[in-house]
Amino acid sequence: MKLLDIPKGTAVRIVDFRGGKGVDFKLRQLGMCPGREVKILRYAPMGGPVMIDVEGRSVALGRRIAARVEVEVI
Amino acid sequence: MRIALIGQPNCGKSTLFNLVAGYKAETGNFSGTSVTFTESKVRLLGEVVSVVDLPGTYSLAGTNPAEREVIKYLTSNDVDVVVNVLDASHLSHGLIMTVELLELGVPMVVALNMMDEADRIGVRINVEKLENTLGAPVIPMIASKGRGIQPLFVKAYQVGQQKSLPIQLTYSNDLEGHLQMLVQSLVNVDSYFNPRALAMKLLEGDEAILENIARQKPGIKSDLETIKKTLRHERGQSPEWIINGERSGLADDLAKRVVKQGKRHITFRDKLDDILLHPVFGYVGLILILYIFFQLVYTFGGLIEPPLMELFEQLELWLISLFNGAQSLIPQILIALIQGISGGVAIVLPYLIPFLFGLGILEDVGYLPRVAFLMDALMHKLGLHGKSIIPFILGFGCNVPAIMSTRILEDKRERFISAALSTLVPCAARLAVVFGLVAFYLGPMLALAIYLFDLFVIAVTGKILSKLVPDESPGLILEMPVYQIPTFRTVINKAWWRIREFIVEAWPLLIIGSVVLSIMNYFNVSIYMNTITRPISWLLGLPDEVGFPLIFGILRKELSLVMLGQALGSMEFSNVLTPVQMITYAVFVVFYIPCLATMMVIRKELGGKVMWQIVALTMLIATLAGLVARGLASIFY
Repeated sequence: MKLLDIPKGTAVRIVDFRGGKGVDFKLRQLGMCPGREVKILRYAPMGGPVMIDVEGRSVALGRRIAARVEVEVI
Repeated sequence: MRIALIGQPNCGKSTLFNLVAGYKAETGNFSGTSVTFTESKVRLLGEVVSVVDLPGTYSLAGTNPAEREVIKYLTSNDVDVVVNVLDASHLSHGLIMTVELLELGVPMVVALNMMDEADRIGVRINVEKLENTLGAPVIPMIASKGRGIQPLFVKAYQVGQQKSLPIQLTYSNDLEGHLQMLVQSLVNVDSYFNPRALAMKLLEGDEAILENIARQKPGIKSDLETIKKTLRHERGQSPEWIINGERSGLADDLAKRVVKQGKRHITFRDKLDDILLHPVFGYVGLILILYIFFQLVYTFGGLIEPPLMELFEQLELWLISLFNGAQSLIPQILIALIQGISGGVAIVLPYLIPFLFGLGILEDVGYLPRVAFLMDALMHKLGLHGKSIIPFILGFGCNVPAIMSTRILEDKRERFISAALSTLVPCAARLAVVFGLVAFYLGPMLALAIYLFDLFVIAVTGKILSKLVPDESPGLILEMPVYQIPTFRTVINKAWWRIREFIVEAWPLLIIGSVVLSIMNYFNVSIYMNTITRPISWLLGLPDEVGFPLIFGILRKELSLVMLGQALGSMEFSNVLTPVQMITYAVFVVFYIPCLATMMVIRKELGGKVMWQIVALTMLIATLAGLVARGLASIFY
């Protein structure tokens, strides 16, 4: 499943992401590596970014990026 | 001695720096790059030491220019001790950078900041254990409350003198084996890294370092390729991600050993985002916050500006009476000098100071990234990202702080488009022209129409620019900092540094420009000026005489209205201009060339080339918009 398809408030585990080298690197820097559990906190309206909880930190991701993050519901 | 502060974004590093740095702190560039750092002299134990605030980065990989400069700097002889600032409430994440610093093998002290925040979320840290594991002193502190600052710098000073090194961590056996092999082939190589750190950087795939080493040891490339291939084969992952994973694994282990997770206290701050980022209330809040911000700035500016300007006008009158009129060159130059100075005073004191102060508060509270979150979708329609909304909003007051605020955008393209578009936002001075000419003679609804037209032009320009300079960034990736109560000293210092930049770099040019124009005026160049601008005035159906006020308007936009009266020989504009001409002129003034102060700030922030590009662009837009306005107005009048 894609991160973008997950409803607000759900906890998921990151399986994989393919955003291109630069994006992968940035996501890892923010602690989002495969295997990490994250939670969807909220979506901004009108196709805005999605905010997720990564180990207690809030990270906002544009939808185009979130669409490339593969997750599984736990 | 030089102490360098390093840490990830939002760890409170800048707050710490602002607490110890004096008002004389200087911003510098790493030679040949646009990566900046701030340095300040600090009195410590009876000695003057330098404290350097390095850019906040998440890691120390050489793949990013800022991070590359930071590593180079840290491993150079310029730095005696590194202070690694960590956010105690998110220890394992911050420790990844600590692991990287340990690899580099530089004398270091860990500043365990935001202990109050850690306490609040129930994180208890065994400081002594952490100290022993890292082999480096760990000082718990709360920078925002000024706690632990003194012990931290005393400790840093001691470590810097003793040059005591932290321990070297070991990775998994297989990686260690490959690492040792690579280290073997790196003996006698000249580098600012120790062999082990160098080997890690090479495995990580740092091209620049590899090229440098390959020049000394041509065989290294094939050696490295072999090792990388085996690693990839053994682990089924690229060496880059293996190292990344090893580091975060080590950091996680470290954190697990020293952290005890207790009960988390849910407070108001945790709930704040539910309101401020709410799909409805979030936007209501945004409008409200910005409205209050603007009101405060305008109220403050409105109180300060008139008496100040009055003072300068008195000074001008006194000068005129002193020279028995202002016809000769000397009083003209003196008056221009005063106008240049008062122009700066009128921009800096009344509006820029409260603007920067307010912006600093919004920044330090942690609200700006939230604005980016809320506005991202809308700004995407202009080909920009959420954060770019800030320069636009500021632009309505004055374009100078708007251009300055583009500094919060990391991306070069984003900065260019935001800067170009925010010069099209009608500032307070242009408001005066629109109101003095259009609203006064033709009614406020038409002035409103010009404002709406302006927004439309900005949207169209944004669309076109974003097509011309395609967006390479895939979208927003932004960490939201925890809401914080800003410290007075940090906000004051930051505002002061920004104002000082304007005073030192843009203001003198404004004064010079003013004097040059007055000399041109004295030698009656206005006729030639009108000739130069004739193509435009002809195209827009305006009288030739508008050329001179338009050129003066570059100095300060209000002058394009004041001088228009002089040039046309009447301040009763309805006698000398048709309604179509008034509208066309006002529209042209709104868009053409940003004022001199704005140009100078663009030159400072984005370079001379960008400044001229924006000048050319605004000329083009102003002419086109003027033509459209002329055409539309001709239908109604």
